[in-house]
Amino acid sequence: MKKAFWLAGAMAVISALALAQPAMAADSVKIGFVSTFSGPTAVIGNDMRNSFELALDHLGRKIDGKPVEVIYEDDQQKPDVGKQKTEKLVQSDKVDFIVGYIWSNVLLASLKTAVDSKTFLISANAGPSQLAGELCSPYVFSTSWQNDQTPAAMGLYMNQKGVKSVFLIGPNYAAGKDMLAGVKSTFKGEVVGEEYTVWPSQLDFSAELTKARNSKAESIFVFYPGAAGVQFLNQYAQAGIKAQIPLYTAFTVDELSLPLQKDNAIGIPGAQEWVNDLPNAENKKFVEDYRKKYPGLRPTYYGAQAYDAAQLINSAVVAVKGDLTKKDAMKAEMEKANFKSLRGPFKYGNNHIPIQNFYLQDVVKDADGQLSLKTVATIVKDDQDKFHDKCSMK
Amino acid sequence: MYLVVEQLLNGLQFGLLLFLLAAGLTLVFGIMDFVNLAHGSLYMMGAYFAATFVTWTGSFVLGALLALGATLLLGIVLEYVALRHLYGRDHLDQVLATFGLILFFNDAVRLIWGPAGLALSLPAWLTVPVQIIPGVYYPAYRLMIIVVALAVAAMLYLVVMRTRVGMLIRAGASNREMIGALGINIKLLFTLVFGLGAALAGLAGLMQAPILTVQIGMGENILILAFVIIVIGGIGSIRGAFMAAIFVGIIDTMGRAFLPDLLRKVLSGAAASTAAPALSSMLIYLLMAIILVLRPEGLFPAAKR
Repeated sequence: MKKAFWLAGAMAVISALALAQPAMAADSVKIGFVSTFSGPTAVIGNDMRNSFELALDHLGRKIDGKPVEVIYEDDQQKPDVGKQKTEKLVQSDKVDFIVGYIWSNVLLASLKTAVDSKTFLISANAGPSQLAGELCSPYVFSTSWQNDQTPAAMGLYMNQKGVKSVFLIGPNYAAGKDMLAGVKSTFKGEVVGEEYTVWPSQLDFSAELTKARNSKAESIFVFYPGAAGVQFLNQYAQAGIKAQIPLYTAFTVDELSLPLQKDNAIGIPGAQEWVNDLPNAENKKFVEDYRKKYPGLRPTYYGAQAYDAAQLINSAVVAVKGDLTKKDAMKAEMEKANFKSLRGPFKYGNNHIPIQNFYLQDVVKDADGQLSLKTVATIVKDDQDKFHDKCSMK
Repeated sequence: MYLVVEQLLNGLQFGLLLFLLAAGLTLVFGIMDFVNLAHGSLYMMGAYFAATFVTWTGSFVLGALLALGATLLLGIVLEYVALRHLYGRDHLDQVLATFGLILFFNDAVRLIWGPAGLALSLPAWLTVPVQIIPGVYYPAYRLMIIVVALAVAAMLYLVVMRTRVGMLIRAGASNREMIGALGINIKLLFTLVFGLGAALAGLAGLMQAPILTVQIGMGENILILAFVIIVIGGIGSIRGAFMAAIFVGIIDTMGRAFLPDLLRKVLSGAAASTAAPALSSMLIYLLMAIILVLRPEGLFPAAKR
């Protein structure tokens, strides 16, 4: 019994110490980073963390002369876990900024916590339509896109190619629905079928592929991020459909999935706001330094967006000369997008979603004989998402 | 019409793959009365071994055979080193220990192969679609899974029903204490059964690998389905596992294939598109619930104790 008291006492002391910590580190910029660091999609979270760390390296590990403290939290790709981690960052760590969020459903679950506490949240990937429309907030910025934008660009490209009909396949969650809606918003041909699969557990797409082939559609469009994209392309090629029906994609082929997709990805076009070969000096430096710092790895758009998020934070903190209580001034500065984005310059819309170009990317063999992504053309210039009217901020 | 044939094949292929996983699980659960949550890890290890050996040897068939041997060996070692000491404990201890093994295997894989996952490419002769009846094409590899799994099922049937070892396995399933009392080396039998179960899981993993990616935690989702199957089929019954796996495979695939169109007839397009995947993934659990109410011992229970 006595021992238990001792133990309880010791624990109380330790927890008191832990609580005392934040007060001591007052003069730093505290950033919470929520992404997926475990499970099959951990590779995406790792890429975002790698790029964010590289951005901090480029900033000299300091923002406006203050040391930066980043707390990485794993959302396990689950909305409930993401919400808990966001609450922890806001309430007990009292961070100044929250960055990250790969998944739209995780972001939607976490949004209210951040907004209610007036903590700046910067989405470095997820772009659910609600965030651009009715749920837009002065405290929320995006360094990515609104979900519908990228597939909408793909729809435009399919029109250019003269595609008459399409069969749509995507995962049954917030982003999947936005993506398929995005293609439908611009594609002028006929949508002959639309299938949603259970996310993220369904990995076998034989039933959907069979339906797509039997629908006699002229083309197939899919959105499968992460490992699901590898599986989809494998099965699409194995079923022999690759030789019959061309595939158009958004967020399905990237530098993380490409080493696993291999030749199956050749000839599969995708739309993207950032490609590794975009010809601006910042981007060249980013790609080069990334490959130097993390040998064997290549950066993705997830990473580029996380890098931009660090630069956006830097611009805001510098503008208020490190006084993190001046939230309105920081917001005003961030709205200017006054930093060198890796995708080239862009503007923010009223809803804090970038108005930006979208490029057509293709898979090619590069100088090292490795498969890599290449910009082929600009599909659309200065594209703004179609939900900005629903946002109450003007 | 062709669509139905093709979807039936898809369902059959998925079901047979589930059977390979469930057969090992039901053997271990039924005969040794041992709950092995780490069965999915053996499935994962089979896939990782295959991806590695296929790269080393350059031959898909040779690599697959080596991987099969490696998983069998791993199963035997695992039983000998760790699981053997848990037979006398109650189920909760076994669940905890084997859950620990899942974490162990996931992190071991992360250390050895890295977090990014591996790809297992098929040889060219398996990547072409085959015309099975005029107008119906089916991926050669999926056809091969059907053939291999059926052959394994037939072999398993022969071994269990026609050989002395099989007789002992069946006897063990109906009354463990009695065969021990009759002087059968039950420890050896258990090791053998566990090794066989591991090899079957490994086979399922390595055959699924080219369709999916080889990644950490790949065995966890599919293990739940395997448990559903042994509950439906009857714990300890290979025949039950076979029938239940095919049921589950076909119901799952047919649900995904036809439910959305059926729902669209009664609901609006958007609502049907959203509801259908959720509903079709519920179908098999619904089936399990009905079976549990009507026949709690499963469709084909192993002989009563």
